[in-house]
Amino acid sequence: MSLTEDSNAQMAADAALIHGVAPTIDDSLVPPVKEGTRISLSTYLGPFVVFLLFLAFWEWMHRVGMELLLDKRPSLLPSPVTVIDQAFLDPIVRRQLLEGLWWTTYAAFIGLAISIVIGMTLAVLMAQAVWAERSIYPYLVALQATPVLAIVPIIYSVFGGGMSSRIYVVVMISIFPIVTNTLFGLTSVDASQHDLFTLRKASRFTRLFKLQFPSAMPAIFTGFRISAGLAVIGAIVGEQFFRQGQKPGIGIVMEQFRQKLRYPQMYGGLLVASALGIVVFFVFSWIGKLVVGHWHEATRRNS
Amino acid sequence: MAERTQGHTVAPTMVTQMTDSVPAPALSFNGVSMVYPDGTHALSATSFDVRPGEFVTVVGPSGCGKSTLLKIASGLHAPSTGSVDVDLKKVGYVFQDATLLQWRTVQRNVELLAELEGVGKAERAKRASEAINLVGLAGFESKYPKQLSGGMKMRASLARTLVLDPKVFLFDEPFGAVDEITRERLNDEVIQLFERERFAALFITHSISEAVFLSTRVLVMSARPGSIVASYDIPFDYPRRPELRFEPEFARISGEISASLRGAHA
Repeated sequence: MSLTEDSNAQMAADAALIHGVAPTIDDSLVPPVKEGTRISLSTYLGPFVVFLLFLAFWEWMHRVGMELLLDKRPSLLPSPVTVIDQAFLDPIVRRQLLEGLWWTTYAAFIGLAISIVIGMTLAVLMAQAVWAERSIYPYLVALQATPVLAIVPIIYSVFGGGMSSRIYVVVMISIFPIVTNTLFGLTSVDASQHDLFTLRKASRFTRLFKLQFPSAMPAIFTGFRISAGLAVIGAIVGEQFFRQGQKPGIGIVMEQFRQKLRYPQMYGGLLVASALGIVVFFVFSWIGKLVVGHWHEATRRNS
Repeated sequence: MAERTQGHTVAPTMVTQMTDSVPAPALSFNGVSMVYPDGTHALSATSFDVRPGEFVTVVGPSGCGKSTLLKIASGLHAPSTGSVDVDLKKVGYVFQDATLLQWRTVQRNVELLAELEGVGKAERAKRASEAINLVGLAGFESKYPKQLSGGMKMRASLARTLVLDPKVFLFDEPFGAVDEITRERLNDEVIQLFERERFAALFITHSISEAVFLSTRVLVMSARPGSIVASYDIPFDYPRRPELRFEPEFARISGEISASLRGAHA
């Protein structure tokens, strides 16, 4: 065929003959699929500059802003240097903060694991039939809208005043995004891909595990990432109401410092809690990338 | 001049390939009509046959129910009236887009249908390799769909259908989304595949030149509710060379079909 005379490599690839003639194509034809992983100065420069601005603003608020803008004592907002010195460089305070970090992480992760198991099970059930979705969904929305404060007595009666109740609060706050994202992923499979399975008379089970779940993975991981952040919030909220059992989370530690007016230590706790939220978010982003990154076309590009 | 004819009537210009040994139809539509639950009258009573070794293409205005024909032929939709005779196990369906599973490599995508049919691991790997070679994707087995060009994705889709060795091929505007040059190349390859395997093909397109180039017979469909208003037998022998597209006879037949389509639009 005259096609082989084409010098353009892409055309040659497309001209590959059907009858077994190995076409002269090589990997250079593959459209480049570089992820936004190029590490350069600009990758870190932006966050670093914003971080410096943040510190500068904090310091300025401490020195000037508190009195000038808010008419309050500067000691209510200690300088970042004081926070580092009195919260992180003091071995006793540091130990308290780390113990708080541990118990909060513990509640958040157990709660998140429960949310993932129950949430994905619910999503699979709801994906089976519209009536199932209609029957279950309103209760999830109601659960999502219920303030923890309003049902503290009920939680207390069922799960007691300690860790179990905190874990319940975590589940309550973090389950919704897992259900909705998993359900969205399972039900938004391309119609022709469904047809492909229908033509071969695939069972519901085969369809679920060979089509719907793999296809839903990016959405499922989005849900995990959102819920992981919420789980940390849930654990800290739970600590406000359920403090029994010598397992002081970071929220309890902060509250104790606040009551003693030890503000630098309290802000230290705040920084630790924020750091936990950030770490959890990035860990789940990273796991998601590991699982689906090699095939999933990210719609957002960083450059 | 070919006159516009109903159903199967043979137009004067064509050279019939039907000899005394006419094979039984691999696919026949018997008075098939389709009204969707929402009231859309997609197809009025339609009857025609596709025999092994026949490449039948349906052209028609968009939304005339061309795709409905294939959905019914493949058993995806049940017709409102009439029936389709076809061995569903032998049907291969090539979709409008490549519909590759993005999380599977080319190799595992091509194996998919055999996997769903319960073919053993070694056997389906072997069949997939053959099909991949056949469509010229050797060397790309471990690539993911996002790493392929549009034409290569369609090739992988073709290979996936080939794995089950279908006797009836249904093509639902498969090359509508690729550029003109790639489309012509893919047409050449489909022709070569057809010459090799001599399956029965029912091909949907809105490109007249694609229809004439590929087919033994072109059916023209009217606007909704779709019905077949004309049938043209295409006299060119196989193998068909790309240059065929520029011959006067090719242009003449294309012109007739085009005129017939304009009538169908009205």
